[in-house]
Amino acid sequence: MAAAARVFIRGAHATLSVPGAGKQSSARSALLKLSPGCSSRLKTQQRHAAHFTFQPEPVTTQYGPTQKMNLFQSITSALDNTLASDPTAVIFGEDVAFGGVFRCTVGLRDKYGKDRVFNTPLCEQGIVGFGIGAAVAGATAIAEIQFADYIFPAFDQIVNEAAKYRYRSGNLFDCGNLTIRAPWGCVGHGSLYHSQSPEAFFAHCPGIKIVIPRGPLEAKGLLLSCIADNNPCLFFEPKILYRAAVEQVPVDSYTIPLSQAEVLQEGSDVTLVAWGTQIHVLKEVANMAQEKLGVSCEVIDLRTILPWDTETICKMCRMVGYKLRPG
Amino acid sequence: MFEDNPTNLKKESTASQLPQRRQLQHWHHVSSQAAHQQQPFDSSLEKPQFPGASAEFVDHLEFIQPNVISGIPVYRVMDRQGNIINASEDPQLSKETVLNFYQKMTLLNTMDRILYESQRQGRISFYMTNYGEEGTHIGSAAALESNDLVFGQYREAGVLMYRGFPLDLFMAQCYANADDLGKGRQMPVHYGSKDLNFVTISSPLATQIPQAVGAAYALKRENMNRAVICYFGEGAASEGDAHAGFNFSATLECPLIFFCRNNGYAISTPTNEQYRGDGIAARGPGYGMLSIRVDGNDVFAVYNATKEARRRAVAENQPFLIEAMTYRIGHHSTSDDSSAYRSVDEVNYWDKQDHPISRLRHYMTARDWWSEDDERSWRKQSRKTVMEAFERAERRLKPNPELLFTDVYEEMTPSLDKQRESMFRHIQQYKEHYPVDLYEK
Repeated sequence: MAAAARVFIRGAHATLSVPGAGKQSSARSALLKLSPGCSSRLKTQQRHAAHFTFQPEPVTTQYGPTQKMNLFQSITSALDNTLASDPTAVIFGEDVAFGGVFRCTVGLRDKYGKDRVFNTPLCEQGIVGFGIGAAVAGATAIAEIQFADYIFPAFDQIVNEAAKYRYRSGNLFDCGNLTIRAPWGCVGHGSLYHSQSPEAFFAHCPGIKIVIPRGPLEAKGLLLSCIADNNPCLFFEPKILYRAAVEQVPVDSYTIPLSQAEVLQEGSDVTLVAWGTQIHVLKEVANMAQEKLGVSCEVIDLRTILPWDTETICKMCRMVGYKLRPG
Repeated sequence: MFEDNPTNLKKESTASQLPQRRQLQHWHHVSSQAAHQQQPFDSSLEKPQFPGASAEFVDHLEFIQPNVISGIPVYRVMDRQGNIINASEDPQLSKETVLNFYQKMTLLNTMDRILYESQRQGRISFYMTNYGEEGTHIGSAAALESNDLVFGQYREAGVLMYRGFPLDLFMAQCYANADDLGKGRQMPVHYGSKDLNFVTISSPLATQIPQAVGAAYALKRENMNRAVICYFGEGAASEGDAHAGFNFSATLECPLIFFCRNNGYAISTPTNEQYRGDGIAARGPGYGMLSIRVDGNDVFAVYNATKEARRRAVAENQPFLIEAMTYRIGHHSTSDDSSAYRSVDEVNYWDKQDHPISRLRHYMTARDWWSEDDERSWRKQSRKTVMEAFERAERRLKPNPELLFTDVYEEMTPSLDKQRESMFRHIQQYKEHYPVDLYEK
């Protein structure tokens, strides 16, 4: 698993262009040269993928001093802030001890101790069940599922247990201190089992919250909100953005409210609603629609999938003629 | 409360404070841990160097035979007639304590009879009895501290009763009336009590097992010498969650007791269709867990095993597995008629010849602690108190319908609020179709 993940990290930047980033190195193509005359790859030797451009947030000073961070570093920063301020907080899952297959937990075990950042056996139903129990007993439990594609063994624990804990006990017990994080979404070469976006399976389960950020600044604030929120939360992190999405992110703690959609740009003809990676695609689409079709698009980042911001979406759709949500 | 030096394991940081005997246990535990860590590689040794197991080489092919004919023995203190077999194993509890054991077991039995009957009469929707397993509940509950956390499955009402859960609240949950701590949301017997540290029951089986492990881990970090006990049946032990819980508890070194009530049946499925190995106790060593099998109908055996497991679980931060062998005398639930899959003779054997309540009574009468008169007057009194609680519960109003919508999240969400208002408008408009007067306003 770790080997496959490392291939991602190297390959990730092959599929998207980041303004200001350097070109892909040609060292690897030199290794595969079969004949002296062959200076460029055949089309079939090159990997092709759909293109999108990550659009970073503008720099903000409202949350204090900032530092350049990519998505996985912004996650580490949120976890670092949490472990520092909350002595009950623990982080666990497969391979989190050495830093995680996507480097989200690098340095945390050394800094905070092996009783607070630890590996579990390879068992998602166990990871989530364990997390629920730790939360019920009062700890701030942050569980990592290695890929959202593998969350399904934990479906029973999430839907039948975590979501219903408070309701079924008459509010005697709850697992609001639980947050489950997982890498999410397509990356180009992940195929069936390293690319899934399973939020729809959970979206009709009252009692849990589902949050998906579009970049590092959003991710840290939304993750800290999930951790602070007194309901069990699923936090899906677009893996394609882990290295490639770079922004100025506040060093200290800050929160971005849950269940509040954000209108990223206003328009008058069509409302486009998305979350995660697709926001960046839709921003480009909105520009193209304006240039090529003269269509004015509103772009909204839903951010919290459940409970979702019905008020903003409905209000915007009423103002504008049509609403599109990419499938 | 929280350690200044989080990089130390709990045992290391408190080793100097432990009395001498415990320090010895601490070092034994550390050395067994060391066996799993990598020693420096030395291929000159004729010993396996694999990180995955520390063992010797063997040069002949032989499969290990699972031992199901003479498996793990059953620990007991009393024989079936209530006589102590080995005097040094008698926990020598006071008369007051033993009488309390007896009264709690019989009160539970009385409550079961009345509530089972009330379901047959259509007064409550569903019920599950605990017949035959009272010893497993009372023996284990008595061996714990009152602030130890209990995770159960659904057939552990005696644990709650032992801790002092009032009859009114048992009834309130079964009747789903306005006094129910669970706000009338679950089927009967899904009890819970924050004050008594008994986590609310849920219907899915074995889900509580990994949860108990997580809770134990959190309590370990709190360093308040609290333990967790997790009850489940031999059927639930087949679930993946059970395997997950056992493995996590051992690898993460959690202070908890897994208590398996092996009562012979999972609804209609007998044990020989549930597993082929030597029961549940034999699985413990596979996970690196200390395990024991006890006579679940011997309340002193259950007590002794749980007491020692609890002491060591907290002192050494490791899980214990207790498999309490017993028999489910009643049907699985009011939705079951067990004559469809087992003989009346089989049930009668356990009811008449090996019952936790009668074995304890023989122990008491042998010491002149309990007479026929005591028995008669206690039966009358316990039946009276149960009936009174029952009648009170039946007369009570049901919870306010607004409670359908609260506690889904900690806070009320706009969409749930809208649904709530919509429901009240509907009831207002069509109130002649709804029994509004049976519900609190």
